[in-house]
Amino acid sequence: MKLKIFILLFYVLSVGLTHSSENQTKLLEIYKNLRCLVCQGQSIADSNSDFAATIKLVVEDQFNEGKTEDEIYSFLISKYGEWIVYQPTFNKNNFLLWVLPYLIFIFGGFIIFLIVRKTKYNRVN
Amino acid sequence: MLSNIGISLIVLVLIFGFLSIYTASLDLKTAGLSINKSIYKLSLFQTTFTILSFFTLIVGFIYSDFSLINVYENSHTAKPLFYKIAGTWGNHEGSLLLWVNILVIFSYLFLVFSHKHNKNFRLYTLIFQNILIIGFLFFLLLNSNPFNSIYPTPFEGLGLNPILQDPALAIHPPLLYVGFVGCSIYFSAAMASLMSGYGGKLFAQSIKTWVKISWCFQTLGIIVGSIWAYYELGWGGFWFWDPVENASLLPWFAITALMHSLIVLEKRNTLYSWVIILCLLTFTLSVLGTFLVRSGILNSVHTFANDPSRGIYILLFLSLMIFSALAIFFTKYKKETYNFNFKSRETFILANNWFMVFFLVTVLIGTLYPIFLDVLISIKISVGPPFYNIVIIPLVVPLLFLMAVGPKVSWINSQNKVFNKILFFILGALVINLFIIYFSKKNSILSNLIFIAAIFLILHSFLDIKKLINKKNKTELSRVISHLGFGLLIFFIGINHQFSLEEDFNLKVGETKKINNYEIDFESLKTKESKNYKAVIGNFKLTNLKNNQVQYLDPEIRIYSNPETLTYEAAIKTKITSDFYLTMSNVSRSDYYNIKFQNKPFMIWIWISAIMIALGGFIQLTSKKNED
Amino acid sequence: MKISISKIIIFSFVIFLLSVFWMGLKINNNYDTKSLVGNKISKFHLIEIYDDAQHISEDDLKKKKFTLINFFASWCAPCRTEHKYLLKLSKERKKIKIIGINFKDKKNNAINFLEELGDPYSFVGKDSEGRISILFGIYGIPESILVDSNLTIIKKIVGPIDQIQYDEILKITK
Repeated sequence: MKLKIFILLFYVLSVGLTHSSENQTKLLEIYKNLRCLVCQGQSIADSNSDFAATIKLVVEDQFNEGKTEDEIYSFLISKYGEWIVYQPTFNKNNFLLWVLPYLIFIFGGFIIFLIVRKTKYNRVN
Repeated sequence: MLSNIGISLIVLVLIFGFLSIYTASLDLKTAGLSINKSIYKLSLFQTTFTILSFFTLIVGFIYSDFSLINVYENSHTAKPLFYKIAGTWGNHEGSLLLWVNILVIFSYLFLVFSHKHNKNFRLYTLIFQNILIIGFLFFLLLNSNPFNSIYPTPFEGLGLNPILQDPALAIHPPLLYVGFVGCSIYFSAAMASLMSGYGGKLFAQSIKTWVKISWCFQTLGIIVGSIWAYYELGWGGFWFWDPVENASLLPWFAITALMHSLIVLEKRNTLYSWVIILCLLTFTLSVLGTFLVRSGILNSVHTFANDPSRGIYILLFLSLMIFSALAIFFTKYKKETYNFNFKSRETFILANNWFMVFFLVTVLIGTLYPIFLDVLISIKISVGPPFYNIVIIPLVVPLLFLMAVGPKVSWINSQNKVFNKILFFILGALVINLFIIYFSKKNSILSNLIFIAAIFLILHSFLDIKKLINKKNKTELSRVISHLGFGLLIFFIGINHQFSLEEDFNLKVGETKKINNYEIDFESLKTKESKNYKAVIGNFKLTNLKNNQVQYLDPEIRIYSNPETLTYEAAIKTKITSDFYLTMSNVSRSDYYNIKFQNKPFMIWIWISAIMIALGGFIQLTSKKNED
Repeated sequence: MKISISKIIIFSFVIFLLSVFWMGLKINNNYDTKSLVGNKISKFHLIEIYDDAQHISEDDLKKKKFTLINFFASWCAPCRTEHKYLLKLSKERKKIKIIGINFKDKKNNAINFLEELGDPYSFVGKDSEGRISILFGIYGIPESILVDSNLTIIKKIVGPIDQIQYDEILKITK
């Protein structure tokens, strides 16, 4: 009985929560992923600088033309370098960045697995 | 005059540091179980002089003694008294003096409170701690002396930066430093443990209170920093994965892992080497963080004014620390055998460590990678919020499940029946969730999983609280509250992210903008003259079209004259159900104003949940402190 | 202390880490777009500030050996200090075509600016909203780009042109 209540609770809460409308426009998301080059650590979305206003204009133009998010980033990277995007592109320079954390995670899991297995081995013996 | 007093006091602290090391080394060789009384006195004198030196600097700020360069650069006669005092530690040199204070005070307190423990262990701890103290004092005296004087004495100071005059910002550094610097004591204790051979359960008991204290303050310090960022910086966010923020988070992961592993070390007398590694790692991360922030190697919105010579000193100190820690660890390391069953609480705590190390490594790599690329191949990249969110969030899901399940599993070995029941719940929840995704075809699997996992932890925690209210077990209660806080935090951050409304648009006075079911009226613009700034205030009327509720939001653009700065003050209305957030900035050479409007559901609950996490820790401190 | 592989790996890793930090302290950390030198400029279309019918595109730049594209505005103070170098260049290096792009400015203010300080430009285009500046990878005013007849960027000058930059331009375009 308790189990059923639990499951029902899950269902109700999950359905309610997952029915959100995507209020965050894609455009704002792109602004947030771009660095304001003349500011000390702010995104284009957060900055009040003139440069940010100009970039917003150009990005909006391209977005309305139908360019994809990646195309817009490629364009800006070709003009300003990779520093302008906050999400590092997955290329030969950056792949270590993306891969290393997971490698270490797997490595850690492996060590724990060894420890636990050794115990089982010792107990059996 | 203050300059001479200050420098003399610091030199005294330095001398007493050397004396402490010398007498403690001698005392190591004597027989007997108790430490020579004179060592206590030396440590007490050292503590007194350190605190006096800090008071000397505070006095300099209170009385605006501009003969001290530090006061001249960072204070001003027009500053309110509270901020004059807070200015003492709000700059590089002053905050270093605070570091030294905490190092010395903790050194003394550890000496006094560890009287039940092994004599040589305590002596070695004192020695290593004083080596750290001396190292920092040399840095302070030779490179970053807060008591350097300037002649002729200027009439007025330079430091009236308005952004720094904020109550949250005033207490944020001291809170963080008790965390950051507090972990020095168990770094020294770990070295001492290796040297003296005093390990195992008793070692765990000697440091556990210190670990908890540093954890509580570190957690609070980070939270206060985030609250400040939200209310003061005007972008509506509270965490940007900025390098300086990351620098405070790295030790936090290590301390959390350590806190959990200590439980295992104390209960089952195993994992000693790993605990030592964590102790050494934590303070190393603190010093690494200081290096990253103060050396100028990274640019960030937070950094103190940068000076490369500082970087060299700190790097030297960091290198010496790491090499000596490695040397001693490798020399004294003894192989351990492990006895971990899969279905045991020890294994779950190991899993916690596994995740904490993963988060730590991710944040560390994300922060350091741009430096490596820049140095090695001269390419500048940015690593920002998207990276951290993509890498970290998926793994928060299993962590939440483990946090609910782990504490229920018994030590050594768990019965299959209990274990399988728990597994069944998790699988059941996941299956239901997959059905929901399949039929509603909306939303990412990830956000669903986050909610499911968070709710799982929350529900389990509430069930636990119900059981514990009768038992009055403070340790268990504190654990449940902290875990519950974490579950709630993830839950509310998730909701906030999913249901936030955010719009960026340009508006002229008199115009109206409609967004979803809100109408924003740019009613008027006023100017205001205040003591040290001029403000342009926008009056906005916000109407909720669903229920016709009306709010007024008044963001400001402030023009300060001394120094010439422009700040944007957000208009924030905090309610139980959501926050409204409005900022306004002038579009250059135009009548238009750029408006950023946000509606953030349950924002205040994010703060409440985070504070709950810290609260659990504080509850535990008040109970266990008297018990060992 | 036995010397084992794991210890060697850890020590080497730490030494590597600390060396990178050391070098990191020495290098200049400020961002600039100097790395874009060597790239080609993109297609563009500029309308003249005086006469809407007059315009210029990237093809026009292929005809000259060198082109200096200078972003300026009447409201920009450093633009005034660099202007004399642009005038000098227009007289001393005929092989450089100097194009001015008036950034986020009003036509009359720009005309007054040029009347007051002199006009070194063979063409003045308008960029009233700033869109053109992004095409050229500009992030501040004033900024200048020197391109050759292949439309390759040979030099980027961020900030006002000073004596040193001026001498360098002369050297490159000899």
